[in-house]
Amino acid sequence: MSLSKDQVAHIATLARLTLVDDELDDVVEKLSRIVDFVDQLKAAPTDEVVPMAHPLDQSQRLRPDQVTETDQRDRIQENAPAVRDGLYLVPKVIE
Amino acid sequence: MMTGTSENCLHLRSLGELRSALADGELSAVELTETLLERIDGVGASLNAFVTVCRDDALAQAAAADRALAQGRAGPLTGLPIVHKDLFCTRGVRTTCASKILENFVSPYDATVVARLKSAGAITLGKTNMDEFAMGSSNETSYFGPVKNPWGLDRSPGGSSGGSAAAVAARLVPAATGTDTGGSIRQPAALTGTLGIKPTYGRVSRYGMVAFASSLDQAGVITRTAADAALLLGVMAGVDERDSTSSNEPVPDYRAALDVPLDGLRIGIVRQHFDAGLDAANAERVKAAVALLEAEGASTVEVDLPNLDLSVPTYYVVAPAECSSNLSRFDGVRYGHRAENPRDLMDLYCRTRAEGFGAEVKRRIMTGTYVLSAGYYDAYYLKAQQVRQLICRDFKDAFEKVDVIAGPTAPTPAFALGEKTDDPITMYLNDIYTIGANLAGLPGISIPCGFVDGLPVGLQLVGAHFAEAILLRCANRYQQLTDWHTSVPEAFA
Repeated sequence: MSLSKDQVAHIATLARLTLVDDELDDVVEKLSRIVDFVDQLKAAPTDEVVPMAHPLDQSQRLRPDQVTETDQRDRIQENAPAVRDGLYLVPKVIE
Repeated sequence: MMTGTSENCLHLRSLGELRSALADGELSAVELTETLLERIDGVGASLNAFVTVCRDDALAQAAAADRALAQGRAGPLTGLPIVHKDLFCTRGVRTTCASKILENFVSPYDATVVARLKSAGAITLGKTNMDEFAMGSSNETSYFGPVKNPWGLDRSPGGSSGGSAAAVAARLVPAATGTDTGGSIRQPAALTGTLGIKPTYGRVSRYGMVAFASSLDQAGVITRTAADAALLLGVMAGVDERDSTSSNEPVPDYRAALDVPLDGLRIGIVRQHFDAGLDAANAERVKAAVALLEAEGASTVEVDLPNLDLSVPTYYVVAPAECSSNLSRFDGVRYGHRAENPRDLMDLYCRTRAEGFGAEVKRRIMTGTYVLSAGYYDAYYLKAQQVRQLICRDFKDAFEKVDVIAGPTAPTPAFALGEKTDDPITMYLNDIYTIGANLAGLPGISIPCGFVDGLPVGLQLVGAHFAEAILLRCANRYQQLTDWHTSVPEAFA
């Protein structure tokens, strides 16, 4: 295995995913296979090659900094699991 | 297999034929919509191709279309039916991405693709099943279960736009939208005997498409004919101020370009496309298709894509990296599934995401997190973006010599459901011929070009940036010379 259980547990924490124990072995095995597979890139000669940033030779357009959208908070918050007075509710983060 | 005649059976008619019938008053939009809705719920039900069917809404739109037609206010698509892959946001109709985490998400706005098709008069019949968040090549990662291939119900329709492809192949609808990040329009089109086009990156707005890998994602269509694809693409394409990566390049008249002869067209054949990985009978069908285009005045030139075998590993660094950033928005706070009784904020995030995402999506998020994490970024992500540059250069060099590159769309015909689910790498290799076009932002099309053991296979053409008109022209000519695209799976005739 190219990845250890500890490494995978750390990645899961960074990715904000809870892994249950019987899931962990399978994830370690499959992620290791994926890492081994993409490791073949290491042999490619890429000295002096500029990493690609965009598929087209195009720069991003700019627009005038003007307010064009209307307030749609209520409609948008219809999808929220928990709101009160227009605010999203989350577990307490400050004691 | 049966070859359908489109004279009487509404479901066998192309968008073009239906458009004439509606204009002539020979057919009403309500009649057409009812007929297709009946097929979706009837013979189509066994395919699991739909997440949501918009019956009432579609019938109301159809009645409005009939009024518009009667009053001479018809747009280019008035009364014509379409279905959307369930990752295009549709106002008032849920958009799930075939994920538990978005099971009850109702978008407050329409995707630009949806809005443009709607304002041209198209009627949305429903939202199609797909691999969860478009991550998969077999439709088996859907939270709502796999779509079945109309050519064999034990077979995968391909993915991720499998529901769209199966619906068009089974003649439930003449056209469907799809998205293609690594082959997700072209591969299911090949596996279901339909035509699928992925335009140039930036040709069609990504606004309102739930993001997977933003530098690769592109919207397109699955139809049965090149002419129908040209009709829809003409409506969908073009700059959108809501997508800063959409291109300013003027949109040509794709339909007018369909009948330009192929004389002088240079077709590139890639040696690496026909190596050991390709099914022999599949290779033979592709070669026969190319020979037919040659007989029409095209010439073939051998071209080299020396870094082709690195395209899949490159993709499986770049796409998961972008996916891990894009999917960080699913946190159980603003929309989507939320875990119950969280201990604290961290617990809310981690359990919401663990409960809401399926196994393949989690794998990709974790792969992306790993390749972007401290100590690995240069070795994986930066390296992959460098190799991506090499792959782009290979294509650029090739397009100095040729107008299109022809080859197979997928290595084999439709594989059995369950056949490739144990090993992610085996599944990933299904996209070996399609991924290059995404990495380089090039347009690609898959055209039905025959059958192997009763299952359809596809010819893929890839063009230079913004060469959609050339791809559609080749496909249209090929379809005038062949009838593979009119073959109907027996159970759906």
